[in-house]
Amino acid sequence: MAAGSGTAARRGGMTRRQRRRLVLGGEYGIFVIAVVLLVALADWRSLHENFFNWSVAKGLFPDIITVGLRNTVLYTVTGFALGLAGGLLLALMRLSSVLPYRWFAMAYIEVFRGVPALLIFIFVGTGIPLAFPGSNLPGGVYGQAAVALGLVSAAYMAETIRAGIEAVPRGQTEAARSLGMSQSRAMRTIVVPQAFRVVIPPLTNELVLLFKDSSLALFIGVSLTQRELTKFGRDLASQQGNTTPIVVAGICYLLITIPLGYLARRLEERQKRGRR
Amino acid sequence: MSAIEVKGLRKTFGTLEVLRGIDLDIESGEVVCVIGPSGSGKSTLLRCVNLLEQPTAGRIAVDGVELTDPDVDIDAARRRIGMVFQSFNLFPHLTVLGNVMVAQRKVLKRDKAEAERVARANLERVGLADKVDAYPEKLSGGQQQRVAIARALAMDPSVMLFDEPTSALDPELVGDVLGVMRSLADEGMTMVVVTHEMSFAREVADRVVFMDEGAVVEQGPPARVIASPEHARTRTFLARVLDPAAARVGELED
Repeated sequence: MAAGSGTAARRGGMTRRQRRRLVLGGEYGIFVIAVVLLVALADWRSLHENFFNWSVAKGLFPDIITVGLRNTVLYTVTGFALGLAGGLLLALMRLSSVLPYRWFAMAYIEVFRGVPALLIFIFVGTGIPLAFPGSNLPGGVYGQAAVALGLVSAAYMAETIRAGIEAVPRGQTEAARSLGMSQSRAMRTIVVPQAFRVVIPPLTNELVLLFKDSSLALFIGVSLTQRELTKFGRDLASQQGNTTPIVVAGICYLLITIPLGYLARRLEERQKRGRR
Repeated sequence: MSAIEVKGLRKTFGTLEVLRGIDLDIESGEVVCVIGPSGSGKSTLLRCVNLLEQPTAGRIAVDGVELTDPDVDIDAARRRIGMVFQSFNLFPHLTVLGNVMVAQRKVLKRDKAEAERVARANLERVGLADKVDAYPEKLSGGQQQRVAIARALAMDPSVMLFDEPTSALDPELVGDVLGVMRSLADEGMTMVVVTHEMSFAREVADRVVFMDEGAVVEQGPPARVIASPEHARTRTFLARVLDPAAARVGELED
């Protein structure tokens, strides 16, 4: 090895160490040039005026929290609750021994995962009221947003929950049945509780996605007090001819999604370590 | 009336015939050890006795209740049949006490105090009264298996089935589990034990059943079946189990 290294590692007249230093230097060089160009060419005053205007930002409070964030959380939580219930039901149907149930669950999951969420919001927001005149979902816009989010997330959660149920070893059901539990009793008392432990991290991720998707509620046609973060930010941005409200709305999302995403990763790691 | 009655039991998986017509009568209070090479159908026989496997043909009755009757309430029948698995199958999301209480509460509808009293008494019986609040993952294999035995006993079964209860255990933990099973046998429990523990079979069993290729080859008191087997197949099997180091390469495949 010692004899060969002198010739083999030498290419273009440089040692391997020299080459690495050159490549690394090039990469840093490009970064520095990019930063210098950005600083030199950008109109900082205009950027500051338009994106981080302090007085515009101050004017957003407290409404952006008490109306925007509050409604976003409200839409998300109700949608998540409906989606979770629907997802569990679909997962059980998907695993049922009754063929039509399986078909229905599979068709539902394919359709609602394969269609843009926006389409579902438009469907629930304008399609259903047109098709069934006089019919009103309880809670008005809140009900519609919850149903639309629930319909979409149920399809995703169903697959997650199904995987969780299938991850519970067969011996668990056998032990439960051998103690005289019926199939459904064994499912409820033994299998599903264990499945939910497995799926808590992916469901937390699903909650993050839903939190962002709640912005689609703006297509339902909400009143001033029903606006969630995105609509709120957009309205004020056009009102004031300034982009700062959008930036602040974005920060509000991040205040929730980053900690939630962190929590999901922590739960996932803890579960991996806990595996026997 | 026999505690367990098996007549003409057949079981096939696809084209594979695992049980080829088993007849077996087990008296109340009898301890029967089923031995035989792996793949001989011992575990399948046991799993058919509480219908974890659906027999292809034949009749099985426990305590006079015919389990193979399509109209039988199988959940009710299984309450009378305790089962202990090779891999313990404790419920990992419940404490030891929870494991022993859950079926009493949900199936027998015992109230909480009564279920807890029964659970504690049975955990005492298997020597784990001090582990009630632990979760299964904190227990050794031997302790987990004893909890599994307590869990089955809490349902007041009239027969107990053991499916290779010590096969997944470290050798030094086998004794604790066999000790519990021996005391159960002494108390007069009807037991069917699929096992490779020949010393247990010799000392505790009333009868040893040797199975091979889905059929009962011979059966009788352990003194006869284990000490002086009639059939060549039994002799070969026992020679390998009792003295595994003595097998020669040439006789492995016959």
